[in-house]
Amino acid sequence: MSDIDSLERQILDAIDNAADEAALETVRVSALGKKGSISELLKSLGAMSPEERREKGPLFNGVRDRVAAAIAERKTVLARLKLDARLAFERIDVTLPPRPELRGTIHPVSQVQDEITAIFADLGFAVAEGPDVEFDEYNFTKLNIPPDHPARQMHDTFYVSRQTDGARHVLRTHTSPVQARVMLSQKPPIRVIVPGRTYRRDSDATHTPMFHQVEALVIDEETHLGHLRWVVEEFCSAFFEVERIELRARPSYFPFTEPSVEWDMRCDRSGGQIKFGTGNDWLELGGSGMVHPRVLEMCGIDPSRYQGFACGFGIDRMAMLKYGAPDLRPFFESDLRWLRHFGFAALDLPTLDGGLSR
Amino acid sequence: MKFTLSWLKEHLETDADARTIAETLTNIGLEVESLEDRGAALKDFIVAHVVSAEKHPNADKLKLCRVDTGSDIVQVVCGAPNAHTGMKGVFARPALVIPSSGETLKISSIRGVESRGMLCSERELLLSDEREGVIELDPAAEPGTPAARALGLDDPVFDVAITPNRGDCTSVVGIARDLAAAGLGRLKSTEVAVVKGGVPSPLGITLNFPPDAQDACPIFAGRFIRNVRNGPSPGWLQKQLRAVGLRPISALVDVTNFIANDRGRPLHVFDAHKLAGGMQARLARDGEIVTALDGKTYALDPETIVIADDKRALSIAGVMGGGDTGCTETTRNVFIESAWFDPQRIAATGRKLGIQSDARYRFERGTDPEFVVPGLELATRLILEFCGGEAAESVVAGSPPPWRREIAFSARHVRRLAGIDLTLSDISKILVSLGFAVEGDPEMRVTPPSWRGDIAGSADLVEEVVRIHGLDRIPAAPMARTHAVARAVLTPPQKRTRLARRTLAARGFNETISYSFIPRAHAALFGGGGELRQLENPIAADMDALRPSVLPSLLAALARNAARGFAEQMLFEIGAQFESGMPGAQTLAAGGVRLGSAARSWTKDTHNADAFDVKADMLAVLESAMGGTMTAPVKAGAPGWYHPGRSGTLALGSKVLARFGELHPEILAAFDVKVPASAFEVFLDAIPEPKAKGRTRGLFQPSQFPAVERDFAFVVDANVTADDIIRSACNVERSLIERVDVFDIYEGAGVPEGKKSLAISVRLQPRDRTLTDAEIEAVAQKIVSAVMKATGGTLRT
Repeated sequence: MSDIDSLERQILDAIDNAADEAALETVRVSALGKKGSISELLKSLGAMSPEERREKGPLFNGVRDRVAAAIAERKTVLARLKLDARLAFERIDVTLPPRPELRGTIHPVSQVQDEITAIFADLGFAVAEGPDVEFDEYNFTKLNIPPDHPARQMHDTFYVSRQTDGARHVLRTHTSPVQARVMLSQKPPIRVIVPGRTYRRDSDATHTPMFHQVEALVIDEETHLGHLRWVVEEFCSAFFEVERIELRARPSYFPFTEPSVEWDMRCDRSGGQIKFGTGNDWLELGGSGMVHPRVLEMCGIDPSRYQGFACGFGIDRMAMLKYGAPDLRPFFESDLRWLRHFGFAALDLPTLDGGLSR
Repeated sequence: MKFTLSWLKEHLETDADARTIAETLTNIGLEVESLEDRGAALKDFIVAHVVSAEKHPNADKLKLCRVDTGSDIVQVVCGAPNAHTGMKGVFARPALVIPSSGETLKISSIRGVESRGMLCSERELLLSDEREGVIELDPAAEPGTPAARALGLDDPVFDVAITPNRGDCTSVVGIARDLAAAGLGRLKSTEVAVVKGGVPSPLGITLNFPPDAQDACPIFAGRFIRNVRNGPSPGWLQKQLRAVGLRPISALVDVTNFIANDRGRPLHVFDAHKLAGGMQARLARDGEIVTALDGKTYALDPETIVIADDKRALSIAGVMGGGDTGCTETTRNVFIESAWFDPQRIAATGRKLGIQSDARYRFERGTDPEFVVPGLELATRLILEFCGGEAAESVVAGSPPPWRREIAFSARHVRRLAGIDLTLSDISKILVSLGFAVEGDPEMRVTPPSWRGDIAGSADLVEEVVRIHGLDRIPAAPMARTHAVARAVLTPPQKRTRLARRTLAARGFNETISYSFIPRAHAALFGGGGELRQLENPIAADMDALRPSVLPSLLAALARNAARGFAEQMLFEIGAQFESGMPGAQTLAAGGVRLGSAARSWTKDTHNADAFDVKADMLAVLESAMGGTMTAPVKAGAPGWYHPGRSGTLALGSKVLARFGELHPEILAAFDVKVPASAFEVFLDAIPEPKAKGRTRGLFQPSQFPAVERDFAFVVDANVTADDIIRSACNVERSLIERVDVFDIYEGAGVPEGKKSLAISVRLQPRDRTLTDAEIEAVAQKIVSAVMKATGGTLRT
């Protein structure tokens, strides 16, 4: 074995035996450093004859390359060993809870309002809104409820104190004044829904002094009671997410519609839970009718040419029915336990493609 | 409106059972609220005659009865002390279910003696809590007949909700007419025969109205009857009145109640002895006083109609009779009043005086103007029958108000509104059965009957036709789609509201919805509480003020939840806040509150919810609503409900977009919130609409050249804001300086008293070259001098 071979053997052994990065570095310096054994060999090439250099050059360079490669390889191994040792030491209790984060919720009324909007938007209805404090004129008179009409007794109206103009306005008792506002500001054809807060002086398990209504209004030259039935049917089927529902139409009376219709939906209340489309009970859904010719007239629309329907539902009530909330009052009491129980996740935005609910 | 099946059958010839009648009523718009048929539950219980009741051979307190059921004699063991020979009782055969227990009765052996049935107590039939003895029926009851009949429970009671347009259905006859039209039987004749008077009326009637109030009472009819005896009314009448919830009083009063319910015609009977001279209908004098039947005294105004004698107003016409001219047991001579009053005037009077009465209920819905006189005749006939006496001739002042009007109508109207094709004869048949007069073909002229004052136009006639034809027979008709693929419908503000809501929920906030009215004291803490935002008739004393902000609602909720043990809360509401009580004087606010610190988390990296938490919330709402970065500056300070030193306002010009900060300790104390809480308000209506820009994004041009970050620390006066420093640094070379961030603030050792050290990191991003050291140094120098100039500070070394 030549001296060169034994030198290489020696260095490679030292590399293998280096226990940590510092020891490896010592080996590297002693071999490849400025004064290192291999560096000295390479320097000696300069003093050789060309023939000798041609012979020894590749030999010495080969030694240097192999040593350098061995050092690099050993370095990787050592780094890996060191990391393994550190990781073996680093442990956490993964069963501890994460940093606290509160989970937000959407109120069921907002959620149901978004559901209703999604359905009606598909049918081409825009969303109209109006003020909570309303002129008596819009809340009653323009809807064919003149002062001292007995129908006013059906609305337990809240009055706001007299304003500087001497007028006494009301908290709207229904969303219908927005009908009047829409008809006065838009030309037919009209398709809108009007969701919003409404107010009546009434309070028990199923009545709160504030509640939410949504109504749909269609005005054009041809819409009739058959279309009304279709819209109510399609809406209920989509909203309650049941393939088949069965409706019952009952004649009724609202001063602003003629003919007037109330809708009931077949349901089954046996077994503590309500099921739709089956059973022997009827559930009251809401009122509707063909917009009264006098209302059209008072809102600047020619009743000999235009007609249409209006129908209204209670949003809170729809939420109670669909999601099984038995009592209306907690809707407006902001009890965190209730909000978390009945609330919806932020990303549960109802869509027709994904389904209105999960 | 309540009535019994037997009462209905006085006017309607029908074989239909109560359930069918109830369903039909609901289907034609007379909604049945309840059908009380207590007899139905007892239909298999029968009358039995106790032939003998002797002591049980093996028990002292039991009796051994032989009971005649009408078809056989059975042996029954009975424990009731009142069971005795000869009585009639209610008998249950074996296999019947006993209502009180729900159990099936079995043949049993009691103390060694077989018992094949049971005599029932009221308790067992759920008629009352009486359990001491068995029911003892009228001795005339026939064994084997239904016990319900003997108990007077075989007459189902209907309660129908009458809509305000159907004054005619505040009477049994009106309901019978609708049922007959719906094909449920035949309406019996409603003719009333005239009673001839013996002598001229000793009392005259005048209508005494000014020219502009002639329509207040167009007709007033009256009749004087002498020598009546006012005792109890006959049993059948008392039974009917009781069944519909009216208390029998005396024959004279019961007659008026009967006719009101039977015919929808309110009447009043005066004790003629208490009248002074002739009768008149007139407007009240201002402040004129009437003591009414309810014992209360009412001061009237000149809009009110009164019935008066020569001396004074006696009753509030159409609303309530007078207290001291009514009939008593000793009444001998009576005067019956039958009149027609303007419905609006009656409604107004009733509302102003706060009187709900059966008379008002009917008059304000409109009574049949042609039944004023027949109603009087019917009352006369019944009074003569029940009380005897001699009737004078009727006196009538005025005449029925004009009610005849023709409405042009055709099958086309039905098709147009209802979407169904009915023949002229179908339509005509329905209308005629409801009392309408129909002429013409195919263009009809329809005259509504006198009792249907609610029918004004063709739409009303369509309703009459379809409700009798059957609303459920109108098939669903799809509406045309306006677009094959539905278009977006939400307006920009509606989209903003939805984004704000879902952004906050995603950040961990729970959405609340609370009442728009709050306690006035709370409103006052948030700039409200003034007269203009008060409710005149709040439902509760602490719900009397329109809220000037959503924060008081949220704080009240925060406190309630905190009291339940929720130490950490994030609540928000998006809702109206009110500037006054004028329509439209409201803005849509998204408000949120944060409370607590998660201080009990093992992680320890917690802090009390502070202004910077809610500032982030506020910016998140604004930026999601706008769909971009909010660059408007935040200025220190916010209204008084915030901590004066720890709150800020974000405005565009004079328009306040949002505010945030810690809440003022006094506000927290007022709501009983015991730890610091922070809040924000974003005024969604104030957010500017995005400029219409098209949907394509700008060019994506990342710089090819390295960015450079340089840090600077300045020592400045403590009142210099971060914004002052950031803005002056940014403005040095806007094209080069990509961003400036604050990364440290320090006050204390090494920094002079009243000063602070604020360190910023500036990122330089060249777009066309790599910066040289010299260029970087030059920009750095400019930044330092700009900040120093703007703030009077120095570079910290």
